[in-house]
Amino acid sequence: MAQKENSEILKVQNLKKYFRIGKDKKGPIYVRAVDGVNFSVKYGETLGLVGESGSGKSTIAYTVVGMYQPTSGQILFKEQNIGMRAPKRPLSLKKEIQIVFQDPGSSLNPRQTIEQILRLPLELHTKTPKRQLREKMVELLEKVELPPDYLYKSPPSIGGGEKQMVAIARALAPNPSLIVLDEPTSALDVSVQAKIINKLMDLQKELNLTYLFITHDLSLMRNVANRIAIMYLGKICEVADAATFFEKPLHPYTQMLISSVPVVTEEEERLKPKKVVSIGEIPSPVNIPPGCSFHLRCPYKMPICSEVDPEMVEVASGHIVRCHLFSRTENK
Amino acid sequence: MNSTENVLLDIKDLHVWYKVYGGFLKVLNGVHLTVRPGERVGLVGEAGCGKTTTMKSILQILPPKDSKIPKGEILYKGKDILKMNFGELQRLRSKEVAMIFQDPTAALNPVFTIGAQIGDVIKYSLAVEEKSVQKEKIKTLSARALKEVYLPDPERILTNYPFQLSGGMRQRVCIAMSISSPRNLLIADEPGTSLDVTIQDQILRLLREIVEKLGTSIILITHSLGVAREMTDRIYVMYAGTIVETARAKDLFKNPVHPYTRGLLASVPKISGGGIAKGILGRIPDYLNPPPGCRFQPRCDYANSNCQEKPPQLVEVEKEHFVACYLAQE
Amino acid sequence: MQQKELEMTNMNQNHNALVKTVANPKSLFWTNLGRNWYKFSRNPLSVIGLVIVLTIVILAIFAPWIAPFPEHAGPFTDYKNAGQPPSLQHLFGTDNNGRDIFSRVIFAFRGALIMAVVVLALSVPPGVLLGLIAGYFHHTWIDTVVMRITDIFLGVPPLILALAIASVLKPSLMNAMIAVTVMWWPWYTRLVYGMASSISNEYFVVAAELTGASKFHIIFREILPNCLSPIFTKMALDVGWVILMGASLSFVGLGEQPPTPALGRMVADGARYMPTYWWMTVFPALAIVLTILGFNLAGDGVRDMLETRMG
Repeated sequence: MAQKENSEILKVQNLKKYFRIGKDKKGPIYVRAVDGVNFSVKYGETLGLVGESGSGKSTIAYTVVGMYQPTSGQILFKEQNIGMRAPKRPLSLKKEIQIVFQDPGSSLNPRQTIEQILRLPLELHTKTPKRQLREKMVELLEKVELPPDYLYKSPPSIGGGEKQMVAIARALAPNPSLIVLDEPTSALDVSVQAKIINKLMDLQKELNLTYLFITHDLSLMRNVANRIAIMYLGKICEVADAATFFEKPLHPYTQMLISSVPVVTEEEERLKPKKVVSIGEIPSPVNIPPGCSFHLRCPYKMPICSEVDPEMVEVASGHIVRCHLFSRTENK
Repeated sequence: MNSTENVLLDIKDLHVWYKVYGGFLKVLNGVHLTVRPGERVGLVGEAGCGKTTTMKSILQILPPKDSKIPKGEILYKGKDILKMNFGELQRLRSKEVAMIFQDPTAALNPVFTIGAQIGDVIKYSLAVEEKSVQKEKIKTLSARALKEVYLPDPERILTNYPFQLSGGMRQRVCIAMSISSPRNLLIADEPGTSLDVTIQDQILRLLREIVEKLGTSIILITHSLGVAREMTDRIYVMYAGTIVETARAKDLFKNPVHPYTRGLLASVPKISGGGIAKGILGRIPDYLNPPPGCRFQPRCDYANSNCQEKPPQLVEVEKEHFVACYLAQE
Repeated sequence: MQQKELEMTNMNQNHNALVKTVANPKSLFWTNLGRNWYKFSRNPLSVIGLVIVLTIVILAIFAPWIAPFPEHAGPFTDYKNAGQPPSLQHLFGTDNNGRDIFSRVIFAFRGALIMAVVVLALSVPPGVLLGLIAGYFHHTWIDTVVMRITDIFLGVPPLILALAIASVLKPSLMNAMIAVTVMWWPWYTRLVYGMASSISNEYFVVAAELTGASKFHIIFREILPNCLSPIFTKMALDVGWVILMGASLSFVGLGEQPPTPALGRMVADGARYMPTYWWMTVFPALAIVLTILGFNLAGDGVRDMLETRMG
């Protein structure tokens, strides 16, 4: 596994994913779930994708993993094009990229035992001889701090946090390089979440894993991601490293989101930007407004915002924003 | 426990058991909770701690055959809800207490219009006093309720079905239903949890505004300490069917005493960074055979032999700040 | 803090020692027998149904030893005793040939149960298999072909289809069973199709597909186990209905041929002696009713017992 420091394990270029949902007089109607997205993930880092429902973050995750075929654009994994659905991908690729879903209740087969759940990836992707399978499974369980007798339990009889640990063990079984985590702790209590997140961070260091971490929980993101990309209606609005993202948020949507986070300490209160009141509903990805997709809710709207979609601008090293307030053509 | 004057709701030493194969799930083990008029009270706890059971006990909507209340009282305006007859309970549910359920999609009947559903609530609330209520009056009151929650174009929404509205709008409809007739106590079960964070923020601010305007008391059930901090005056922290700590909101966060509260606060990720604490070792107790003493003891780093014998009682550590822990008493 | 972690590690090591010796539970059903019985018996009617079912099964198996006049279930005549009303000696009376109706009913249960077992054993596996395939490949041509064929079979009135088949073949128990089997499988296809197509969208199936599982694995190891509960429930309830179908066929003379007793046949034969010799029709008819009732009640209990916690 040739791993170069600071080089990119995953590169997404101008990715678009549209879902056709019917047609009207003007032609077919599409949900533009992902509408031209560019980002990359470095070896060993955790890139966070944050956004609300309809932002397209889950769609990106599912496309990277092979559930969807991109409508256009490229996805490069270790410089190989992987823009195709899973059945077309070679087994060696399937082994490299794994996913942990949000709801462990539905991502683990309730009618199987944990032994059966772990057996599948081990048999498919590792050349473990039959006699050693059980040992390997116990090893996996140990990695996620579950006792060996859990092999004979089935998911409905164990708690949500433990189920998610099983899902993580399943993702680790084939020795992947990249794990996509789609809201892995959103369905769990805060104390269970703490345990799982810490375990994920330990595993990342121990096994040299790269994470694509998706969540709507900003405070979680702050403590998990190295870099954060925030999405709105299929496009990325801002990308920055975690500290900068919270200390100097530039995009109005970023500020709006951070100002809505319920926090528990005075220190955090001081850190929050001035309250940006969110007005109105989130428009659906079928009716994306022209120009900047956020302009209908933006408190800093200018005339140009309803006409032209802003370009991504690099404001500082590693900090890019897509907003007319910062675009080069505009004189601030 | 609190000053006995002017208390709207007083839950005293409530025990609730569920009948299952093998015995009883002894979920609630002595819950104490008070709400004063106009007060905003938060009930914070994780999954399985018994918050929903507590709320269902207030409205007496526990499964009748499979649940049992071996001990405890729930006093509403001085009268014990557990001893009320059907008529009194109906009056309680239609005029005094309203519940806003967690999932607005599940709380609304998909095959009836919004107008029909709000109309029903109003009709039954008024029917306690008036024999028959005119359709016009119901329609007016329904539209007014929707206006109170800032839903645009209320007349049109009355004719809509739930699937035609977004999640945030459905939640507003549920809130409108709960305030469509004057109530003294609202119980909001994790409002906005199933919605996006900016919409949840709107809903919570709406609730705060309504409660201030109408002078209603509210019990806000949530698993999020941050939400409780922003939205409530006093907070109860619940673990495994017991109240482990209660204090005024600012005091709780400035000076958390109970090991569970402290563990919980440490586990909450902060936007100021710093990583997350390791969480709390262990899992919630088996309600079939709960530990005899303090229910948090098996997971507690500070437990001593005292903690295994008898469950600790709530003891005042500072003004209006009570903790159920033997170590806090030292 | 250290103390707690140490305890946890010790626990883990003990568990490691266990892993070699812990038996792999064969089936979650039997290990949870107590719990399953609890769920089954919550409704007393289910228990009554189970008692009826067990009684019928025991009567059928041990017929030659339980029936007071076992030889009456064969080519036996005793015209002196014909048409006797119910008495202590002949609990259900005698028929026009002087045979003890009670004994004949007991023996008739044999044919009924055999028919139920064989029909279900032959119709359920193909029906389920087709449903799984159509469901997993839903919205493709496989789905269309399978389900439209199923629709055709379901469109024909069941009794007529069974009659048509049974009358083309020579009347016998075997051919009656074939006829009923042919019209029984589509119900399972339809049942499983609905479940399989929605389960195919569940995340655990997607997870298996993404990691590269074969279609065989997905259909039989991921989807099928989640369909079993409704299938077993339906089978339990179907026993009664298959028996009714069998009785309908023997009522019109197709099915078990005389002198072997068959419940429907006995109802038909006795009908022409109504109302004077009412016992000749009424008791076999009651036997049919009781059988269906018993299996329905027990089937409800099976459904309560197997209620899945999924979703």
